[in-house]
Amino acid sequence: MATITNLLDAKGTPLEQQRFSWNDINSTPISKLDDDAFTRVRVILMNGIETDALRLKHMGARFHKELRLPLARVRRVEHHQQTTINWLLSADHSPLETTIAYEQVAIEVTAAVAQNEPDPYQAQTYRFGLLEDFDHLYRYAAMLDRLEGKDANNILQSYTDIIPGRPTSQHHRDPHDDLREHYDGGQADLITKIHAAMITAAEYQTHDYYMNIGPLFADPVARALYAEIASVEEQHVTQYGSLMDPGETFLEKWLIHEAMEAYNYLGCLEQEDNPRVKRIWERFLDYELGHLQLVRELFKKYERRDPEEVLGGTLPALVEFKSQRDFVRRVVSEEVDLRAHGIDYVPRDQESDQSLLYRDTMNVNGVPADTVSAGYQWSPGTEQARRKSNG
Amino acid sequence: MTDSAPLGINRTGVQMSPEKSQDMRRIAEQTPADVAGGPRELSEARAAEALKAGRAGSVAPPGSAKGVLKAGAKKMTGQNPELLLDKLGQRLAFERTGVRLYEALIAKATALGLEQPVRQALARFRDEEAEHMDLVVQAVESLGADPTTMTPSANVAGVVGLGPLQVITDARTNFMQSLDALLSVELTDNAAWELLIELAETAGQESMATHFRHALKQEEYHLETVKGWMRDTSLEQLR
Repeated sequence: MATITNLLDAKGTPLEQQRFSWNDINSTPISKLDDDAFTRVRVILMNGIETDALRLKHMGARFHKELRLPLARVRRVEHHQQTTINWLLSADHSPLETTIAYEQVAIEVTAAVAQNEPDPYQAQTYRFGLLEDFDHLYRYAAMLDRLEGKDANNILQSYTDIIPGRPTSQHHRDPHDDLREHYDGGQADLITKIHAAMITAAEYQTHDYYMNIGPLFADPVARALYAEIASVEEQHVTQYGSLMDPGETFLEKWLIHEAMEAYNYLGCLEQEDNPRVKRIWERFLDYELGHLQLVRELFKKYERRDPEEVLGGTLPALVEFKSQRDFVRRVVSEEVDLRAHGIDYVPRDQESDQSLLYRDTMNVNGVPADTVSAGYQWSPGTEQARRKSNG
Repeated sequence: MTDSAPLGINRTGVQMSPEKSQDMRRIAEQTPADVAGGPRELSEARAAEALKAGRAGSVAPPGSAKGVLKAGAKKMTGQNPELLLDKLGQRLAFERTGVRLYEALIAKATALGLEQPVRQALARFRDEEAEHMDLVVQAVESLGADPTTMTPSANVAGVVGLGPLQVITDARTNFMQSLDALLSVELTDNAAWELLIELAETAGQESMATHFRHALKQEEYHLETVKGWMRDTSLEQLR
C-alpha cells in the first residue's frame, strides 16, 4: 500500500498569519448541476470535520483553563475555515437534496476508510455502519422522488447505488449494542485514530443537520422520516465515537484531530478538479499544519512528552474520493444480515433482548422509513418515468 | 435582453455517465423493494396526519372595532368577517414582499446592464406594489383591524413566496431565470386581486372594491409586461 511521509512535519502557515475577510468566507458556491458530485462530497466532509474541530476544542476549554486562549485562537480560524467551506453549497439544493449528498458522503467515504483501515475490528465497524447509511440513502431517495418529484441521481451522478441495505427499521438498538470496543491509544496506528476521529465527525454533522432541517419540512411523513433517521445517526455517533480510546488525554485527542484535518485536506487537494475549490484545500492544508505545529508545542509544554508518541509512523495512502460501488455491493451481499450484540457483530437471530424490546417499542405505530419507501425501486428520471415505461 | 443558460458540462443526467448509470439501473431493477406497497402508503399516512392535525393559526379579531363588528359584522364584512380580514392580510403581505422582489430584481438588472426602459419599468412596478400595500393597509384599518398581524393566508403567501425569493436573490441566476420566478408571482397576484375585488363587493365594501380595481389594472399591466419580456427574449435567442 502506498504511504505518505513527512506530511505532519511540514510547518504550514503560522497561526498569526491565518487571516480572513467577510468576502473571503462567503465566496461563490459550487454548481449543483455542473460540478462533480465528489467536489460536493469533499465540501460536506470537510465541513463536518471543521464542525467537530470546534466541538472538540470547546469541550477541551471546559476542562483546561491553561489551554483556553490557544484553543480560542485556533477555533476562530477553524470557524472561518468551516464557513468558507459550508458556504460553497448553493441555495438551489433543497434540504432533501443536500440530505442525499450527505448520505453519499457517508457511504463513499466510510467505504474508502473501511478498505484503508488496518485494524480488522474497526474496519468491520465501518462496514457495519456503512450498510445503514446505504439504506438511509435509499429511503431518502424514495422521499425525494415522492415528495419533490426529483431524481436523487441528479445529485449522486451515478456514483452510488440506490437500493435497500440493512433496513432502517432494524437499525434501532439499545445503547448497550451501539458501543464498540475502542482502539488502544498506545498500540493503534495513527491512521486508525485518524479514521475514528474523521468518521465520528462526519456522522455527528449528519446527525446535527437532520436535527436542524427535519422541522423545516411541512410533510408530516418527511418530518417523521428525519426524526427516525436522526435517531439512528445519534446511534452512529455513539458507535464511532466509542471506537476512540477514552484513556487518551485531551491534548492527544487534539493532536490526532489536527493530524486528521491535515490528512483530509491533503486528500481533497490531490483529488479536486475544481481549481477554485482546490485553492481552498491547499490554503487550509497549510493552516492545519500550522495548527498542528502549535499543538505539538503545547503537548511538549504541558505533557512533557514527545508528540511523535502520538503522531509517529507512516500514513497509508489518502482516502480515495471515488465510487466504491463494487466494495459496497460486496458488503451488502455478505454482511447485510449482521447485527450488533454488545460490542460484537452477530447473525440477525442473536440480537439482544434489550435491542429487540427497544425496537418493538419505537416501531409500535409503524416505521416512517417503510412508509416512504413501500414498493420503491429507483429508476432514471424517477419512479414516475419507470411506471410510464412499464406501461 | 439577457443570455440564456449556456451549453456546458451539466453532470446530473444519466447520459453523462452511460456505463455507470447502466450498471446502477441494472442493480436497481434486480433488487425489489424490501417493503411491499407503493406511493399509496405515503398518501394514507399523510391523510391520517391531516385528520388529526390542528390549525396552523387564526385570524385576530379587529381590536379597535370590536363592538361595531359584533353589532354589524354582516353589514361590514359579510357572514364570515374573518375571511375578508384574512385575505386582506394576505394581499398586504404579498405586496410587501413584492416590493422586495422588485428591489432585488432591479439590483440584478442594473448589474447586468439591462436597457433603461426595462429598469424604469421595474422601478415603476416596485413603486406600484408599494402603493398597493398602502391601499390594503388603509382597507384593513377601515375595518378596525390590525395591519401588522400576520394572518393565516398571509403566512401561506409567505411560504409560497420563498421559492421566487430564492431564485431572484440568487446572485448566479440571470434575468430570464428571475423572470420565470416573477411570472408566477404576477400570475398569482392578478388572480388574487380578482378574488379580493369580488369578496369586497360581496361584503358590501364598494369603495374598497373600486380602489382594488385600479390596483388590478396595474397588476394586469405588470403581468403582460413580464410575459412580453420573456417572449421577446426567448424568441430573439431562438431565431
